[in-house]
Amino acid sequence: MDTARRIIRRYPEGKQKSALIPLLHLAQAEFDGWLSPGAMDYVASILQLQPIEAYEVASFYSMFNLKPKGKCVLEVCRTSSCWLLGAEDIVRHIEKKLNIREGETTEDGMFTLKTVECLGSCGTAPMLQCGGDYYENLTLEKVDLLMDEMRLSGKRRVYTKDEPIKID
Amino acid sequence: MSGRKLLLDKDHIPGIQGLNVYRQNGGYASLEKALKQMSPEQVLEEVKTSGLRGRGGAGFPTGMKWSFLAKPAGVARYLVCNADESEPGTFKDRYLMEHIPHLLIEGMITSAYALGANTSYIYIRGEYFYVARILENAIAEAYEAGLLGKNIFNSGFDHDCHVQIGAGAYICGEETALLESLEGKRGNPRIKPPFPAVAGLYGCPTVVNNVETIAAVVPIVRDGGAAYASIGVGKSTGTKLISASGHINKPGVYEIELGVPVEEFIYSDTYCGGMRNGKKLKAVVAGGSSVPILPADLILKTAAGEPRLMTYESLADGGFASGTMLGSGGFIVMDEDSSIVKNLWNFTRFYHHESCGQCSPCREGTGWMEKILHKILDGHGSLTDVDLLWDIQAKIEGKTICPLGDAAAWPVASAIRHFRSEFEEYVRNGHSIRDVKHYYRLNNLAEA
Repeated sequence: MDTARRIIRRYPEGKQKSALIPLLHLAQAEFDGWLSPGAMDYVASILQLQPIEAYEVASFYSMFNLKPKGKCVLEVCRTSSCWLLGAEDIVRHIEKKLNIREGETTEDGMFTLKTVECLGSCGTAPMLQCGGDYYENLTLEKVDLLMDEMRLSGKRRVYTKDEPIKID
Repeated sequence: MSGRKLLLDKDHIPGIQGLNVYRQNGGYASLEKALKQMSPEQVLEEVKTSGLRGRGGAGFPTGMKWSFLAKPAGVARYLVCNADESEPGTFKDRYLMEHIPHLLIEGMITSAYALGANTSYIYIRGEYFYVARILENAIAEAYEAGLLGKNIFNSGFDHDCHVQIGAGAYICGEETALLESLEGKRGNPRIKPPFPAVAGLYGCPTVVNNVETIAAVVPIVRDGGAAYASIGVGKSTGTKLISASGHINKPGVYEIELGVPVEEFIYSDTYCGGMRNGKKLKAVVAGGSSVPILPADLILKTAAGEPRLMTYESLADGGFASGTMLGSGGFIVMDEDSSIVKNLWNFTRFYHHESCGQCSPCREGTGWMEKILHKILDGHGSLTDVDLLWDIQAKIEGKTICPLGDAAAWPVASAIRHFRSEFEEYVRNGHSIRDVKHYYRLNNLAEA
């Protein structure tokens, strides 16, 4: 709540709705990596908003998950330079290795594979994001190593905290 | 060309991310100069003299944008930094914020002083969470040192700067969508007028500028607008950060003096270092995915045979018939094995995904274009589909609230204009020879 109050103070009196996106990020990190209706209602109540105001925002932005996801959401960039330099191959490789399709979660709840649009890492393509961390200049071997390390650590990875796994 | 650098001249210095090292290397001298020796109007004049143009993509003169800011008495004014860098092929702002964050903070405070804004927000895309943290640390250091907060440098000027995090939406790079998002809403662009300069954030007069634009204010105040304007060619003054990516030897962010020949930029070891694996250049998207794609001959030379330069004017020479735009400086290079049709499908899927859905031509049109391209790639296309694509893009361009519609239409129009034969090849054969090459490469087979 302290963090929430600190965020709300950034905006002028009566404009606390501006804190909605930052607070939804906090809530998603706090409540197992997704926004349940209950979590969104809670955020709305802190900001004295109608629940619908939180729902309509959460459903607009691609970083908010409205359904449960795996502990590690592998977000592979699929646009332009990443695509030119083999993003498709990375996606197929992960699909094969985890035996899931794009958008699905592994049975053990460890990984979700998601493809996303340009993450601003075109000079170090191909790349993927997991939690707050960027993994760049990927090769299939690096992806394997990364997934092994993530499985070993077993931790949920969220945007707001970064504890990078080093693979270089 | 002497290759002067104004923004990335110090990014290699160890510890420059921190306030102390930044100040030891001349950091915050521009802010001190502005607050102690200059009036806000004088700062504005220097920016006007510099000829600086918006570095986010539109290239609108920054001084003019600032002078449009309404100044009714008793109403707060805001400066908002657009750090929602999402244009495919663009990653310069991320580099700048990550490596030399205080340059942006100094630019923010200096610009805010010129505009009379006591509060500013840096709206950064959600995916750059770790960069937001770097900025927050820099801001905390600046507060600690009295560079933010009350009575900065005893000038009587107060300023607060905050970082606002987005949550994944390309459209929030459009300035009114960004303001909506900053107000805690869906990123739907607003109908203009009123422009943000009159009614922006919370209905107050607001200036929205790109990261690189705001950072450029620092050298402009330090050296004077005239010195900045002496770099470059014609109305393309100063330096520009170019994000180079694709099939080149040395992808990365390069600060160039505007006016470097495109050929030199691609092949010189100072910049991209030539094509990867000795392949031939096929096409370039020079300013981020939204600008028209150009084939090798037209990107290196204009239709009139003049060498093309990295300037707003030279890249646009020939209009859309044979030219393109400098845009955000997202320079995507494609080699001879690249499939233009597949690449176009990739871009079109992007715009379909990112359309906010407010305007029917964009919401429906991008979806239709993606479907038709998919059909062509699947080998079920016909020649009339190529005409249909042309027809749809023409019905999107200029018919939407914000420029996302144009951004989705231009790549389609230019790909058909310059590479029609490749579309026809797909339609006739059901596939392209490039797919076969890709299949062999993927499966480690020798090409037959």
